[in-house]
Formats: sequence, structure tokens, C-alpha cells
Amino acid sequence: MESYIEPVAQFFGAAWPLVWSLLKIVGIIAPLFLCVAYLTLAERKVIGYMQVRIGPNRVGPYGLLQPIADGVKLLLKEIIIPSGANKSLFIIGPVLALGPALAAWAVVPFSEGWVIGNVDAGLLFLLAITSIEVYGVIIAAWASNSKYAFLGGMRAAAQMVSYEIAMGFALVCVLMISSSLNLTDIVNNQNKGQFADMGLSVLSWNWIPLFPMFIVYLISGIAETNRAPFDVVEGESEIVAGHMVEYSGMAFALFFLGEYANMILVSALTSILFLGGWLSPVGFLPDGFIWLALKTSFILFLFLWFRATFPRFRYDHIMRLGWKVFIPLTLFWVVVVAVWVMSPLSIWK
Amino acid sequence: MLESYFPVLVFILFAAAFGFIPIVAGWFIGPSKPDAEKLSPFECGFEPFEDARIKFDVRYYLLAILFILFDLEIAFLFPWATILKEIAANESIRLFGFFEMIVFLGILLLGYIYVWKRGALDWE
Repeated sequence: MESYIEPVAQFFGAAWPLVWSLLKIVGIIAPLFLCVAYLTLAERKVIGYMQVRIGPNRVGPYGLLQPIADGVKLLLKEIIIPSGANKSLFIIGPVLALGPALAAWAVVPFSEGWVIGNVDAGLLFLLAITSIEVYGVIIAAWASNSKYAFLGGMRAAAQMVSYEIAMGFALVCVLMISSSLNLTDIVNNQNKGQFADMGLSVLSWNWIPLFPMFIVYLISGIAETNRAPFDVVEGESEIVAGHMVEYSGMAFALFFLGEYANMILVSALTSILFLGGWLSPVGFLPDGFIWLALKTSFILFLFLWFRATFPRFRYDHIMRLGWKVFIPLTLFWVVVVAVWVMSPLSIWK
Repeated sequence: MLESYFPVLVFILFAAAFGFIPIVAGWFIGPSKPDAEKLSPFECGFEPFEDARIKFDVRYYLLAILFILFDLEIAFLFPWATILKEIAANESIRLFGFFEMIVFLGILLLGYIYVWKRGALDWE
């Protein structure tokens, strides 16, 4: 491998780090978009079977070409910019909704050493970059100059920021027991402990000592991505897709891609922070990327399952859950974990 | 050390630029036949009346301010949480390092209870 790269690196000279980074970035974004495309198909299939239907099955074998047909359809549609809209902001809105969902992958480790930027402030970077998504929603809602978009955007923004606090406290708990903001270190730290030494690393992962935080993080992740049952933002029966109401064609597709890329991101982060990332659950199986893929797929399946099962929450119930249940619970758990780490009973020496 | 951040910067720029590609592609490939009806804002079938920049509930402001406060607290907790095990291992700062943050969280809790009692978290 090295001997092939060396001559190419010399050819590009000083620009090589840039070219090499771009190659790696394309190597992540291309599979990611394939996953996003097939996640939309998986969603329709899974929900279809849960409702005793068969889902899309006309385009290609088993409907496998359906996402491509959807993409081509959206590409051929007109991009409408309403007459009252702020034109430049109207275009920037969806770009800002997709951009952070992609940029966050810069620090996500796929396996030992498989990461674009192995930075020490990885978790802080994630917290910062995922906060930017809310600007995409607000800008799109404001620029549309439509009442439905405006009200939907206010709702979406309030909901996203509310659940970010609970998520942040859950992250603080993970930090206390892993002592590092670097995501690779966070995964490797889960491979230590009494059970990991016995070859049962599944019992050493963060999800057992931090079980309430694992649940809070998962539910907040669903609320943060505005997925069912927290999807009042789109609420087609009341505010007809909220901030996306004036968007069409590829501009709408960007919101759509952003939402699904975010779902995959939240699932991958839950796997990394609480479910041991690429670690194998038992000692006799090798660690590797396949485990991260399996865990992420499982959590994505939960997203789809929840959508098929739960009725939509009322907005005041959503806000009550975020502010009056999750914040006190996580705040309390931060103190519990802090006391646990300080006490002689600490299992994270 | 700092050069490990370079790919991250490239990724951010790439992601920011990437969103424009589909829009530009859609702009050239898709049709463009605007008319006054099509370009008017959506309003359940009738003519839109008054501007969309309407008054909205003051609670959204309040929520945004509360969010900033709590998010800052979290950012403040991050460095402490990262070195908590070192604090626990060091006898001389052990109790101080722990209770200092408990006092901080206590003040945060007081503020939170006040906000709750004043009804800022109620939606009806």
C-alpha cells in the first residue's frame, strides 16, 4: 500500500495532504450517501411490513432501485423560489441543514485508526457542529416568508435546542468515566474492566453503568433529528412539513438527505459512546468495523420501529419531557456518576 | 498536534460546498416555468394575506435564553469531567475539586428551580 502511495504523494508535492484528505473525505461521503439512499428504502420496507403491506416493490428487483428513481425524480423537478422569499438565505438554509450532518463525520472513528481527523477535542467538535444544524432550520423558515414555514421553524428550533441540553449532560457522564474527548480513546476505554478481562467486553461497555444516560441520549437523538414520535415539526396534518413547505426539487432533497444523514450520525455516535463502537462483544471474535456497522444498523432499526409504533407526541408534552424530566434526571445522574468516580467503589481506575 | 485538525477543516469546507452541487444541478436540469400563482407562499389554497413575519410567542425567546445558559454550563463542565479521575487520584485537591463543582451545580439547580416555579417551562 505505502509503496503505491509514495510516488503519487511526490507528484502532488506540497498539496499532497490536501489531496489525501479530499480522497478520504470522498471515501466517507460516497458510502454515506449510499446508506442514506437505502435507509429511505429500508424505512419504507420496514414500516410497510409492520403495517402488513409489502412496501415499494415495482422499481427494480424488490424495489431496490426505488431510491435512485426518487433521486432522479427530484433532480428533474423545478426549484421554486417564492416571490416573497429572501433568495440567498432561501438557498443557504438547506445547505446549512446538510453541511453539519456531513462535517461531523470528520471525527467519527470507524475502527482503530480509521478516522479522518483523530483530534483530541472530538466530542467538543461534535457538540459544536451539530448545534449549527438549527441555523439551517431557522434560516429556511425565515427566508421562506410563509406562515406555515415560520411557525414550523420556531417549533423545530425550540425542540432541537431543548433536547441538546439533555444530550450534553449525557455526554458529560461519558466524559467523566472515559477521561478523554477523543472518540477513539472513548471506545478503547470501554474495553477495560473486570468483564473485559474475562472476555465479555459487552458487559464493560458504557451502556450498563450509564444505562439511564444511554436511554436519554437515544430518545434525545430521536427528538433532535425531528423523527417520529417527535415529528410535530413536520406535522403534515397541521403545519404541512413546517420549514420545508416552500421547498421543491433538489432544495427539498437537501433537507431530506440532511435528516437521514443525521439519523445515521446519531446512531453511529450512540454506538461509539455507549455500545463500544467497533469492539466485539465477546473475546473470541475479532474487533472490527463490522461491529460498528451492526450496532448502528440496529439503532437505525429502532428509529424505524418507533416511527411505526408510537403516535405523535403533543408539542407541550415534548417540551415537558425535555425540560422537566430529562434535564433534572441527567443533572442528578451527573452528580451520581461523579460521586461514583470519586468513591472507592469506582470501577474506572 | 495541530495538523490533525487540518483534515477536519478540509471536511468542513467540503461539506459546506457540497450542499450547493445538488441545487446547481437541479437548477440546470429541472424546468423553470414560474408564474405568479406558483411563486406565491403556500396558504391552504387561498390568497396569502398579511406578511408572514408575524408576532410570535415570547416563550421562544425565553427558551433560547435558557438554552444558552444551560449549554454554557455544559461547556463549562466538559474540562472538569475530563480530569475528574486525576482529581480523584490527587489527595491534595480531591475534596476541593469535587465540591467546587457540586457548589456550581447547586447554583445551577437553584436557577433551574426558580425558572420552573416562575412557569417559564410551561407550555399550554
